[in-house]
Amino acid sequence: MKNVMSNKVAIALYVLPSLLLVLFLIYIPIALTGYYGLMDWDGVGQMKFIGLENYKELIHDKLFWESTWHSVLLALFSVLSLVGYLIVSLVLASKIKGANVFRKIYIIPMLMSSVAIAQLWIKIFDPMNGLINSLFMMLGVEDPPLWLADPNMALYSVFVPIVWQYAGFYIIIIYAALINVPQELIEAARIDGANAFQIAYKIKVPLISGVLKVLIILAVVGSLKYFDLIYVMTGGGPGHATEVMASYMYKEAFGKFNFGYGSAVGFGLLVISMGTTWVIQKLLNTNK
Amino acid sequence: MKKKALALLALFTLMIGVLLSGCSSSSESAGEDKSGDGKIHLKFMHDWPKGSSTAYYNLVEEIIKDYEAKNPNVVIDVEVLNPDQYRDKLKVLAASNELPDIGLTWSNGFAEPYATGGQFAPLDDVIEKEFKDQFVPGTVESYSFNGKSYALPMEMNITYVFYNKEIFKKYNLEEPKTFEDLKNIGKVLTENGVIPATVGSKDGWPASMWFMYLADRIGGPTILTDVIQGKVKMSDPAIVKAAEEVQNLVDMGFFVRGNTAFSNDDAKGYFLNEKAAMFLTATWELPNFTTSPDVPQEFKEKVGYFKFPVYEGGKGTDINSYVGGPGLGAFVAENSKHKEQAKDFAAYLVKEWGKRSVEGAGILPATKVDTEGLDVPQMYLDVLNDINNATNITTWFDTQASPNVAELHHDLMTALFGKQVTPEEFAKQHDDALAKEAKK
Repeated sequence: MKNVMSNKVAIALYVLPSLLLVLFLIYIPIALTGYYGLMDWDGVGQMKFIGLENYKELIHDKLFWESTWHSVLLALFSVLSLVGYLIVSLVLASKIKGANVFRKIYIIPMLMSSVAIAQLWIKIFDPMNGLINSLFMMLGVEDPPLWLADPNMALYSVFVPIVWQYAGFYIIIIYAALINVPQELIEAARIDGANAFQIAYKIKVPLISGVLKVLIILAVVGSLKYFDLIYVMTGGGPGHATEVMASYMYKEAFGKFNFGYGSAVGFGLLVISMGTTWVIQKLLNTNK
Repeated sequence: MKKKALALLALFTLMIGVLLSGCSSSSESAGEDKSGDGKIHLKFMHDWPKGSSTAYYNLVEEIIKDYEAKNPNVVIDVEVLNPDQYRDKLKVLAASNELPDIGLTWSNGFAEPYATGGQFAPLDDVIEKEFKDQFVPGTVESYSFNGKSYALPMEMNITYVFYNKEIFKKYNLEEPKTFEDLKNIGKVLTENGVIPATVGSKDGWPASMWFMYLADRIGGPTILTDVIQGKVKMSDPAIVKAAEEVQNLVDMGFFVRGNTAFSNDDAKGYFLNEKAAMFLTATWELPNFTTSPDVPQEFKEKVGYFKFPVYEGGKGTDINSYVGGPGLGAFVAENSKHKEQAKDFAAYLVKEWGKRSVEGAGILPATKVDTEGLDVPQMYLDVLNDINNATNITTWFDTQASPNVAELHHDLMTALFGKQVTPEEFAKQHDDALAKEAKK
């Protein structure tokens, strides 16, 4: 084995296939997107080179920044919900009765496709016949909130199913990490007189902090490029109340046939996502 | 050295392999003989899913079966999507040069980039040969650019307010003659806890029909077309007034609550379930109100329609001026491997469609209909009669506009119904987009 690994050609041979795949499937399309961003192109006809026009326009585009703000809000929301997931996982990992059943309950949403979840929640949020508003009306509220139809509320309404959708994924990872915390440490702490809260806060959480850092990055990046559920539920509306970066890009490129500008938006999304990841990594020092 | 050469060779084969696999997926374009059974496979995409457009779906199925029976060497591979997905998919396919051999397209602004971008094949030869003087005047022109025609029109639609006769009767309401009457109907119905009208303004276009009719009635029948042609601005007082009236209706609770979260299908449910009294929509819904087996007969008997009322003091005084237009037309892809066969199928489809649609499915075709001796529901005869007596049919604003402006228009309609923009802002944003478009 040592012999093989000292042979540069062999190393190249092992690395190349996946390198090529990554190049062709990820880096080249990214480069192309940046390149298309320099074009005035309707996606069908001739491309026209217009230099940095699209990018200049992007910087002054109020809607782009508005949708960026929505994406950032979603990221903040997702990171905050991680705290909730952590608490749930801590409870599930301590030996309570029925923990197994609960774990399964949390994982079920993970098995559903985004579109199905979107349809389900559209029905739940329905202003007249939906589950929530039916309940409100039964309780005698005359004009219950309109959830998805109310521009001030629509954004937060779509956040709810997103958090719900990913709960299982995060809980299962945190749970797995918690299970691996050495039992001796916990026992030692207990003998020293620590209560359950102290054990969780001082021992369990610090020990799984590596996993938590990765999850924070996952949640932030995932939120910034989030698209499917929002697009199906509201299409970015009403107005642009739930527009996020990815849906804005999609609308520009495929809705308005501005492939050039859409590509510029996509490239902007990439830059913002990478920048954010870098900042978070610096803050959390995961590179150590 | 030998080792190195071997490694290099392996590397090259790998690279070529990757390149080839990358290419093969993109070159697998429309109309390839996938199954290798020696037959010509034509790919046909349409947007009439079995569930929501049963009559259309069945009719198309029937025509395809007959065509395959007559042409045993041809297999039609059908892909069905719902309209919004269909629009999206068509764009994605066009961007990668993979349009289906035959597909459906909307007219004017929607078709233009495909036609001028060389994606659709010109069909003048087919029209000349097979359809001389067969189409309702004005329909073919809606798919024509630079003097060439790019689709065979299949539908002709106009827009009415459909209403529930039973609800109207219960509250002693009559078909409105003026917009004021319509508002009064709304008032009576809201006071009695009935939703006056349902509209799916999340999609934008259903909401736009209210706006377009008001613009027509207040500013005259040519005003929206003039906006597209740059002769009039969207900020014309008449158009701003129309947007204002829309918001007045919203304010008085005329429309179903929360409609900015409803798609057209969601909204339609309120009318079909008799929760809302009125539904402004186009004649493509006729099968649901007459022949469709999915809708209970009882309900169908309750549906009536009236023309959009006139507006006091407005310029559009003619109640026989409609908003409408050709709906879908059949196109043939320029890149199709079997273009002649595809043209042949498209011609057959549209021809048979014209023959069978009225009687069989209750659809208004774009080909001329001879109603003499036809056994069709009265509502059809009335509508066909109306079309013959129409003084003007204004093609939908969003159909006339470029995709860019149309998309903005849809967003702004949702915002107008959700009261997120003032009528003035609504007009201004349109003007900005139109001005930008004109500069190109």
